[in-house]
Amino acid sequence: MTVDVSAAGPIVSTAGKAEPSIRKAPPRIGSRIGAVVRWALLILFSLLFLYPFAWLLAASFKPRGQVFDNALIPQTFQPQNYADVWAELPLVNWVGNSLLIAILAAGFVTVSSSLVAWGFAYYRFPGRTALFGVVLATMMLPGAVTLVPQYLIWNNLHLVGTNIPLWGMNLFGSAFYIFLQRQFFLGLPRETFEAARVDGVGHWGMFWRMVFPLSIPSFIIVFLFEFQASWNNLQAGLIYLNAGSETGYTVPLGIASAMTRYSPTNGGHGDYQFVMVAALLVTLPMLILFAFGQRYFIEGVATQGRKG
Amino acid sequence: MLLVSVMWNRYHIWPSQSTTLTSGAANEPDQPPGGLPMTATLAAPSATDPAPTPVKVKKPRKYNRNEAIAGYLFITPWLIGFLIFTLGAMIYSLVISFSHYQLATNTSRPAGLSNYQALLEDPKVLISLGNTLFYAVLAVPLEIIFALFLASLLNRVGKGAGIFRTLYYLPKMTPAVATASVFFLLLNGNQGAINKGLAVFGIQGPQWLLDPNWVKPSIVLMTLWGVSGTMVIFLAALKNVPRDLYEVAEIDGAGPIRRFWSITLPMISGSLFFNVIVLTIAALQTFDQAYLLFYRDQVQGASDSSLFYAVYLFQQAFRQFNFGFAAAMAWLIFVIIMLISLIQVKVGNRFVYYESER
Repeated sequence: MTVDVSAAGPIVSTAGKAEPSIRKAPPRIGSRIGAVVRWALLILFSLLFLYPFAWLLAASFKPRGQVFDNALIPQTFQPQNYADVWAELPLVNWVGNSLLIAILAAGFVTVSSSLVAWGFAYYRFPGRTALFGVVLATMMLPGAVTLVPQYLIWNNLHLVGTNIPLWGMNLFGSAFYIFLQRQFFLGLPRETFEAARVDGVGHWGMFWRMVFPLSIPSFIIVFLFEFQASWNNLQAGLIYLNAGSETGYTVPLGIASAMTRYSPTNGGHGDYQFVMVAALLVTLPMLILFAFGQRYFIEGVATQGRKG
Repeated sequence: MLLVSVMWNRYHIWPSQSTTLTSGAANEPDQPPGGLPMTATLAAPSATDPAPTPVKVKKPRKYNRNEAIAGYLFITPWLIGFLIFTLGAMIYSLVISFSHYQLATNTSRPAGLSNYQALLEDPKVLISLGNTLFYAVLAVPLEIIFALFLASLLNRVGKGAGIFRTLYYLPKMTPAVATASVFFLLLNGNQGAINKGLAVFGIQGPQWLLDPNWVKPSIVLMTLWGVSGTMVIFLAALKNVPRDLYEVAEIDGAGPIRRFWSITLPMISGSLFFNVIVLTIAALQTFDQAYLLFYRDQVQGASDSSLFYAVYLFQQAFRQFNFGFAAAMAWLIFVIIMLISLIQVKVGNRFVYYESER
């Protein structure tokens, strides 16, 4: 009932192979119908989940007047949108900013949270239980409570308008990732590390040369989670970057501003095809990330509820 | 996330973890950790010199000084961050909520209770709170039911479930801003695909984004599209339900509905509880979708029915720069979230079945 050590091994991807079915008896008519219904439902839901993507893809190739026509195959195929969007919107800047912020945010939070988690997982020191309780407690804290004071802290440091507030706090670890990593570390064989300590391996060396190589999957989970969170983070951009120039925007902030700019109520001409192209282009990296790191994402999410 | 700590308390994992750890490791001495190869240099010392220091299974209240210092050093980043950006910020927030803060001059003067009084007098606080609670009451049960339904489907299918799980998870990977920009057009009352689709069945779709009654359901719809995170948690729980329970029940003549209520639901009640709490807290802090659909424009005033608490707080803080008022709003929602979570925990503890208590 302790930690799931198997997380260290081949992470996930077990969904496909369900338990070896125990009853291999020929299925009755009723269960045959049930299977057909289940498959039909699964396919129906797949279509519902995929429809917005198909719609988005189609709309991104349409001329202005047809974006709304809901045709999944554009009447007028206009790939020119993909060339024009770069001149229309400073997408390169947005993507560059978001990429830099996401890499810094994810890199810092992975290292800092892991160090802290290792401190909680391996070492025994007075107050450890209480302090870890505090870590858990901070997970419950609604972000709203610290929103204003954190802004004022950055404002006093004259860093509002830079992207530092979007990754700076990640240097200090994040409660959820500390929790996640600690769970993982508790599954590592403690005696190995104790033996290494007896053998004279230093604390720092032990972490990087022994703990880290054993825990690469969980490091990847934390990195990917934070990368996604940072890439999608709209609110921080609105708070810290909105007043600055458009080229300093992040992707979510930029697209939100584009939606407003093209809105007819704001004097725009309804050039939503550019928003669609931009939306597609910024979703793509996430889909690629998922294609390569699917098992980490699924494992990471499943771990959250594991104790449940 | 509240559940995490609650559950941890119930499982007594961390208070007694030192014993769990050592005994757990001792139980499987020759099994390489998680199938990962141990390097020879690591394995050698433990094999060749069999513990000059006796293995301490339990050593309460005695700390190795060197190790303790190292432990503190490892947790130092968090400690600093906590003291400044969490604890410090909370105290600061409390102070601000009792003062009038001027951003331009970076000065504040005491305000006593007037910010909190203003909360009560501003009808928009109550409206946004009502909207948010209404949304949570609508969204959370639907998310739970839909996610559980999808997870059960996937769980029953066996082969091929992987590809569907991947497909269902894609919306979760989509940035909120992309989701919102698509749904903004899909939900359009006149030309949107959703109403066009409903029209095929002869249903006159509502003005999703304009009709005050349909604003919140349209956000629920967007949320449901991205329900796969919850689904994955349920799926993991369903896979852990022992198969033989179902077989015994089937032999006893229990039908599928009875099996669901008497076996599945109790066995996954832990994740159910977890998901309810996490989704409720998330719903009460909904910001992105509401902001993107209705409050991007500072020019155009959206109807009050789409004013979510987090959006109003954001506007007060970062558009009006009423920091004192916003801080007071933050504390109000903090108290409300705590109360709701507490009630959920109290209720949940009656129904949740914990395996360790068997």
